[in-house]
Amino acid sequence: MGKTIAEKIFDAHRVDNPSGDVHVLSIDAVFCHEITTPVAINDLIARGKDRVFDPGRIKAVIDHVTPAKDSQTAIQGKIMRDWARRHNILDFFDIGRNGVCHALFPEQGFVRPGATIIMGDSHTCTHGAFGAFAAGVGTTDLEVGILKGVCAFRYPHTMKINISGALPPGVFAKDVVLSIIGKIGVNGATNRVIEFTGPVVDAMGMDERMTLCNMAVEAGATCGICRPDGKTVDYLWKFIRNEFPSKDDALKAYQRFWPDADAQYVEVLEHDVSGLQPLTTFGFKPDNVRPVREMGTTPIDQVYIGSCTNGRLEDLRIAAGVLKGHKISPAVRGILSPATPMIYRQALEEGILQTFLQAGFCVTNPTCGACLGMSNGVLAEGEVCAATTNRNFSGRMGKGGMVHLMSPATAAASAIAGHITNSELFAKQDSD
Amino acid sequence: MKKFAGKTLFLDRTDINTDEIIPARYLTEVSKEALKPYLFEDLNLNGFNPRKNIAGRRVIITRANFGCGSSREHAPWSLETNGIHLVIAPSFARIFRQNMFNCGMMVVELPEAVIDHLFETYAALETMVSADIQDRLLHVKAGGQAEQIPFSLTDFDLALVTAGGWVEYADQHYNLNLT
Ligand code: SF4
Repeated sequence: MGKTIAEKIFDAHRVDNPSGDVHVLSIDAVFCHEITTPVAINDLIARGKDRVFDPGRIKAVIDHVTPAKDSQTAIQGKIMRDWARRHNILDFFDIGRNGVCHALFPEQGFVRPGATIIMGDSHTCTHGAFGAFAAGVGTTDLEVGILKGVCAFRYPHTMKINISGALPPGVFAKDVVLSIIGKIGVNGATNRVIEFTGPVVDAMGMDERMTLCNMAVEAGATCGICRPDGKTVDYLWKFIRNEFPSKDDALKAYQRFWPDADAQYVEVLEHDVSGLQPLTTFGFKPDNVRPVREMGTTPIDQVYIGSCTNGRLEDLRIAAGVLKGHKISPAVRGILSPATPMIYRQALEEGILQTFLQAGFCVTNPTCGACLGMSNGVLAEGEVCAATTNRNFSGRMGKGGMVHLMSPATAAASAIAGHITNSELFAKQDSD
Repeated sequence: MKKFAGKTLFLDRTDINTDEIIPARYLTEVSKEALKPYLFEDLNLNGFNPRKNIAGRRVIITRANFGCGSSREHAPWSLETNGIHLVIAPSFARIFRQNMFNCGMMVVELPEAVIDHLFETYAALETMVSADIQDRLLHVKAGGQAEQIPFSLTDFDLALVTAGGWVEYADQHYNLNLT
């Protein structure tokens, strides 16, 4: 019987099958950040097990609150720093080199097709864009991952979402994934892996595939996965050129993780995106989705462009395209957090940061801060933010605040208008 | 092993997420005990008052997809530090579910209809629930009424609960990578 991508990765990594549905896998990379890891470190110390299974396979970053905003966050950073030093974890990214984990780690070449990755962060599913099985876990799973290099998962029943049609101009990967979550609901893929496939996914670049897989967890999925192809190899080539004689050889090697033609899926969803409009969320659940056009004039206090969903160079380019030659509404606070130092530098060189600054945005260092309401853009009670992030839960960006999720194009257009609006401005710019 | 018995808190809403269980602003804490006062501080539920309603409760009965959202194990810890070791619902988010067992705590999944029945019959009463994990039976008691409801629990999950969590279990079973 044929296998899906996730089933093939499970077969290649299984170390135990302690009961029917449970599979213990060896883990290729354990990613760590300063919010969920310090508790694991402290617990390991308390148990007298302050060890790491393989310092080379642990990658760590301080990204959620950086620079530290108070003594508590300074302690979180210090625990990470001391731990990395103590165990000789060389891939540790501190101030100056640090950025949003799910943008930074792929950029550093830490993700490979067919690999298993865990992290104490629910959006770890982002790395499935490379054809990896990457799953968010809690602190105890992280702890055992750090100590033993293993993690237990339930069988990876896979749901296939075949994305077809032609994306209209002004509509992006973010709109596609919002439309999928709107359709299947926040619980639509719980305990499942989503294989994103079809011509629209094939046409997407790696940045867009990461946006797509990033939000798989908002539908409950364990992981979103795209099969590795030529674009995956192109992205990875500078990291793997010593492993393979040619790109073709690399692709051939990675094709062993392609799903079989007769693979068994628990569900196959056909999703045609022709005619899709720019979307946004309303309410406090990521599946409360509606077209931007139906939002009336929802006034906003803040626009946030950044995060592991849409803080990459391509996102910044798109938003800058909308902002160019415009000023944002005086009623709006515009915040841009480029996701990594490399993205920051490239955006600087391309003049993108200049465009944001001229439009009236504040540009912060690479960080997650605002996305989860910890720093660099927390909302006051009753305030509304148009954000390119992935979660609109009540209180997410600050107690009593409201977050509307959308693409960078829609967020930029909304910043100019002062209310949530389509990026028709962008379309106009395009035809100029 | 932890205790899975006591007075029950009914939370009548689906999709209660981890930001509602424990808001991100408390994630700067590096000890579990510090989370205790903040459990359900942001819960969106009419008439719910965290301080008053949580006190003395040991079990939660709620609706589908409990624990969705972030991977934060702070959610189970904030339950644990309040003495709540058992959550009963029609379904749970994957990471939350795993986190509970990883901490040696327990979730029980029951069919939607059974949960409906529990809400209808017991939500307004002072209800005691206890889980017998060997026989896989829930004992529900309130006023003059009592009933037993069977539940399923995999051998693996039972082993985690008995061992006290995943660190202990993994320690007993996997020594392959240790140098
Ligand atoms: S950007 Fe937001 S969702 Fe992504 S890792 Fe940071 S806090 Fe989490």
